Amino acid sequence: MADRMLLAGAATGTALVLDEPLSMWGGLDPETGEIIDRRHPQSGVLATGRVLVMPSGRGSSSSSSVLAEAIRLGTAPVAVVLAEPDDIVLLGALVAEELYGITCPVVVAEPGTYSRLHTGLQVSITLTGIEIRS
Amino acid sequence: MTLVLTKRDRAMASGAHGDAAATAMRILTRIAEADGAARLIDVTSAHIDSCLYHGEAGLDFAERLADAGGRVVVPTTLNVASLDLLHPHLVHADERLVDRGRRLMAAYVAMGGTPTWTCAPYQSAHRPGLGEHVAWAESNAIVFANSVLGARTNRYGDFIDICAALTGRVPESGLHLDEHRRARVVFRLVAIPESLATAEVLYPVLGHLIGRAAGTRVPAIVGLAPDAPEDGLKALGAAAASSGGVAMFHAVGRTPEAPTLQAALGGRAAERTIDVDLGVLRAARDELTTDADGPLSAVSVGTPHFSVAEFRTLAALIEGHTVAPGIEFYVNTSREVLAEAAAEGTVHPLRAAGIEVVTDTCTYITPILRHTTGVVMTNSGKWAWYAPSNLGVAVAFGSLEDCVLSATTGRITRDEAVWGG
Repeated sequence: MADRMLLAGAATGTALVLDEPLSMWGGLDPETGEIIDRRHPQSGVLATGRVLVMPSGRGSSSSSSVLAEAIRLGTAPVAVVLAEPDDIVLLGALVAEELYGITCPVVVAEPGTYSRLHTGLQVSITLTGIEIRS
Repeated sequence: MTLVLTKRDRAMASGAHGDAAATAMRILTRIAEADGAARLIDVTSAHIDSCLYHGEAGLDFAERLADAGGRVVVPTTLNVASLDLLHPHLVHADERLVDRGRRLMAAYVAMGGTPTWTCAPYQSAHRPGLGEHVAWAESNAIVFANSVLGARTNRYGDFIDICAALTGRVPESGLHLDEHRRARVVFRLVAIPESLATAEVLYPVLGHLIGRAAGTRVPAIVGLAPDAPEDGLKALGAAAASSGGVAMFHAVGRTPEAPTLQAALGGRAAERTIDVDLGVLRAARDELTTDADGPLSAVSVGTPHFSVAEFRTLAALIEGHTVAPGIEFYVNTSREVLAEAAAEGTVHPLRAAGIEVVTDTCTYITPILRHTTGVVMTNSGKWAWYAPSNLGVAVAFGSLEDCVLSATTGRITRDEAVWGG
């Protein structure tokens, strides 16, 4: 099994692995890139420039707009890695690419790769999948 | 699976139906490929969530489609927006939000959306029937359409909603297909006292608990009354879609695809069965409260938008009382429901008692509350879940009766008896 590129692109950053799914709407401040869902285990953490890793999407269908806005503002993660496909995350990234030409790759990691992703590891997204660099 | 497009889909993608439809078809195709869909299918209606302003990206997208001449090709309703156009004084938006909010609303109306401005399009006279494919966005509308109406919609979000409306097409995937509609997790109500089993407050709490435990899996609930009220199922779904990613539930013996548990499970075994007793429910209820002691500053109900039946209930509860000085009390609803309730005479008593009615938007998504230092009370699991992040307020969750009693006395008061002590 291989990683699935839902939105292909290249990116490198430090992994931020979320313990729970995050609804971007109500959960991510597009102005600052901070996780603002006060009930989320990673509340207060900055997602900007990170490779955001989470099991799935959660909650409101407004999350696509929030992700697109964060990508426009440059506060977004550099890539999103999921354990299962999520159209809401993908749409936010697709529309930002369509409007602004900025690509935030969205990848579904194969289970083995997903389990090896830990916060702090350097991760690269290439056209073929996820590379854990350290 | 390889996506196969029809001749008409391909013509649309290549611009034969205009640039807006071409952009929409291009995005739909990408989503269909990601979903592993074999084809696109027709929908009979769309509900657009993208009309709520979240920043320039959403406005840029809408105006690009509208400027390119985009027109919806199926009946399309519009979700709550950032402004209350009927009661503009209620929203304390800055100039920028007023400008952007209005432009965004105008773009969707220009594309042919009906200015319903409600998160509960299912409270309209026209609603989709069993087995009908629709493209609805807004998480509570999605879960209601799938669960209570038996219509079929995926968990659509911003952007794809208008793409579906402009083309009348969606990927054949997810909840459009039988195999994804069967329940995976079973929640069994066990030894719930009659007083709670028949109370409105059970539903948002149960929904909250289910969302937390089910995540994005389809749950089946065993033990709800066969005559469980629609407003209860609305509150349950909204809470489950907020605390989790629930897009559909089965209430065995109540919802159309769950005459029996076996039918809800599609003849297969449940991955997990979770017993829900009074203790579990009390814990879930407590999770929805961040401060039960006060001081109380406001009460907000109608998330999702209040129904005509809820106006009747509230009018009866508030009779002979007035909202205490200094306490704000809001009911969120749609223009259509407001007109219907007003015609029945259940709106005037609310206003006379000091309750403000908000339409077109909602108190947790746009600046309406005048005071946010005290505790806000709500009977909505969804409001209680989102407001602490969105507004930075403390929340006390209670029943509608608790909300009214608290608002009229000026102190947070909750009936513990219904919770078995």
